[in-house]
Amino acid sequence: MKQSTKAWFRQGDPWIWLNAGAVTISVVMVTGLLLLIAVRGMGHFWPHAIVDGTYIPKQGEAYHIVGEMAGEEWVSASRLRESGVEVADNIDVIQRVLIKTGNRDISGLDFRWLIADEIKNITYPDELFIIERREWGSYYGIVKAIKENGIELNTKGELYAVLQQRMDRVLELHDEISDIEGKYIGAINYGLEKIRLKERALELKGSLDAQDLARFQAERDEFDAQYNNYKETLDSLYNEISKDSLIAVSMGGIETEIKISNIVNAYRPNAMNVLEKVMFYIAQFYSFLSDDPREANTEGGIFPAIFGTVLMVILMSIIVTPFGVVAAVYLREYAKQGWTTKVIRIAVNNLAGVPSIVYGVFGLGFFVYFLGGSIDELFYPESAPSPVFGTPGLLWSSITLALLTVPVVIVATEEGLSRIPKAVREGSLALGATKFETLWNVVLPMSTPAMMTGLILAIARAAGEVAPLMLVGVVKLAPTLPLDGNAPFLHLDRKFMHLGFHIYDVGFQSPNVEASRPLVYATAFLLVAVIASLNITAVIIRNRLREKYRSLGT
Amino acid sequence: MTSNISVLSTSIPIRKLPQHPNELPAENICMVTKDFNLFYGKKQALHTVNMSIAKKKVTAFIGPSGCGKSTLLRSFNRMNDLVDSCYTQGQILFDGTDIFHRSVDVTDLRRRVGMVFQKPNPFPKTIYENVAYGLRIQGIRKKRIIDERVEWALKGAALWDEVKDRLNDNALGLSGGQQQRLVIARTIAVEPEVLLLDEPCSALDPISTLKVEELINDLKERYTIVIVTHNMQQAARVSDYTAFMYLGDMVEYSDTDTIFTNPGKKQTEDYITGRYG
Repeated sequence: MKQSTKAWFRQGDPWIWLNAGAVTISVVMVTGLLLLIAVRGMGHFWPHAIVDGTYIPKQGEAYHIVGEMAGEEWVSASRLRESGVEVADNIDVIQRVLIKTGNRDISGLDFRWLIADEIKNITYPDELFIIERREWGSYYGIVKAIKENGIELNTKGELYAVLQQRMDRVLELHDEISDIEGKYIGAINYGLEKIRLKERALELKGSLDAQDLARFQAERDEFDAQYNNYKETLDSLYNEISKDSLIAVSMGGIETEIKISNIVNAYRPNAMNVLEKVMFYIAQFYSFLSDDPREANTEGGIFPAIFGTVLMVILMSIIVTPFGVVAAVYLREYAKQGWTTKVIRIAVNNLAGVPSIVYGVFGLGFFVYFLGGSIDELFYPESAPSPVFGTPGLLWSSITLALLTVPVVIVATEEGLSRIPKAVREGSLALGATKFETLWNVVLPMSTPAMMTGLILAIARAAGEVAPLMLVGVVKLAPTLPLDGNAPFLHLDRKFMHLGFHIYDVGFQSPNVEASRPLVYATAFLLVAVIASLNITAVIIRNRLREKYRSLGT
Repeated sequence: MTSNISVLSTSIPIRKLPQHPNELPAENICMVTKDFNLFYGKKQALHTVNMSIAKKKVTAFIGPSGCGKSTLLRSFNRMNDLVDSCYTQGQILFDGTDIFHRSVDVTDLRRRVGMVFQKPNPFPKTIYENVAYGLRIQGIRKKRIIDERVEWALKGAALWDEVKDRLNDNALGLSGGQQQRLVIARTIAVEPEVLLLDEPCSALDPISTLKVEELINDLKERYTIVIVTHNMQQAARVSDYTAFMYLGDMVEYSDTDTIFTNPGKKQTEDYITGRYG
């Protein structure tokens, strides 16, 4: 028996088990993490049933309760006793449920923790509505009537159909309004600001004459005329949109009038069948991806954050790849190998280990204040005192992250260059090519897979980085996207939103913790998905290149 | 008696004693080394080599591993420049000019003195682009001219019939022998005057070797060829002149027949008869 144990060790089986075990643990942890955030986050969009019941607490008055089951937990009875809740002596743990009752404007509370056993007479009536509003969060209750210009409509028993039709119409109008306000009036404001800056620039030069003034005035008048034009349309649209309202009854029996223009979505989850729920789920998820955030980021979508993250990573890649590759080519191909290059390599590797917040501080001090400040002084004196580049923004964020990730690209590219067989270089040189021609035509194309590997690692690191960005360009809520229809289209000086920062903001800076928790998971899941898809794209490109330049095996 | 001799002399051509390559008239000489020494750092790899390479003939270098034959070959187009610690003394004259002179454009030298390596080293590009590479480097842009030259070079390297239908396939998909002939095509596409072949068949199977050897025979009508080989039968088969080198010294250099049938030095004989090496 002893012999066989010894043999077992000698054959290396324990090692295999150890290695396989390590791999298994890693895989389980990664899948577990993804599953957790996926389930917690993605479940949020499913239309949960609305409970209608009576809450009968041991002390205090019973009341009618309407809401959505948002969570549950088991708490120890002693904890509840300490907080003054009466619990029978023979109970050790007790189940509590979290009910989302909404109606913040009426009751002041969005969520309540209730003891599960004390909710009686539970029913799920079909006519209960969840009304998502642009202000004050969701409303839970029953829709009684629809009003137009304050006069109740005769809906002839088809209340829901009429409501749906009115809502669709209002949403259309709303889109039209935000289109005009965002695109056209935004462009007018942008143009007016341009004129102001031009005028100011001439004034600073001291060459502002009557002719210029007249020209600017003419341009302004034209914008004003355009604005008045839009204003008229807008006014009529606003008139139109604010005509309709509905009367709803809450769980406390209070009637409220809600403007339909204030409604994003209204639905009756209890009346939906599975297919409708699935369709609804897809629609909700899509609007989460494509909408702007509302209510201090606790509701609505996260489109600007996804957009900002992706744009920033793309800009970072555009900056970091050429820079890293050029540095690596010099280090590997041209620099005389000696202690200087060794020191440089050590420095580059250490640069990769510097905590990212340090890069943030450096970016703020050097890029934003020094470089940006100088640029403003030299090129944008007319916009003073408000800064253009002398303030955190997209450009500085991309450059800071490029700096953060450049060591990875350098190391990977150098590795790739050193792996190109000498024979191929000699083959090119023997044909009369210069060293540069050899590099450009043969060596660099062959090392593109290695460069892509470096870029993949850089993207993986940069996309998830938040700390430095908080100092050099990310904001909680950006009024405009950094890419829009106003020339020069890409506004590198603008601040932007970022998924990583959004998670932090929603999770820890939000006034409504319970409402935002699922959004934290959903946003985290999306961040992982965005990074994964950026990486997968890069991996696919790399594999194509590998296939093309598959190394000379023999 | 006299008539007998005259009959003999007409029916059986008397084999003229071939001239020693170092004594050839100047117009038949392509390259000359003069007291050529080469060092890798402190180690001397070539000792005072003096030889002439005959024009439009095949010259073979034989000798045991590490004897400096590849080093000498690589000196002819200054490929040794790529080795940091390498430096030379003496001269190698090509067309009367010392190739180590400062005014010599090394890329032009390498175009005129092409080289084929031990392992086939096609670029990871298409077959067409491999052959066109040298032409493009020279700045030839016209597609028609490049097309013509690619076809001509591939025909010259006896590869055209095998690849004419897949010129746009990756060159790495060819067999080893085809790859080596592609490399030869790539080299002759830029029309060099000299072809340096560094053990061109050592990575090839016998059939591919045969094809490359036939190709060498065809090519010597147009080019001066210098070949390094480990295979003495190959040297005997393809070369007109043979040089035997040992430990950086040019031990014996003569026409191939003399070297293989009547070597002048014991060392040469020992090597050829397989007593060492």
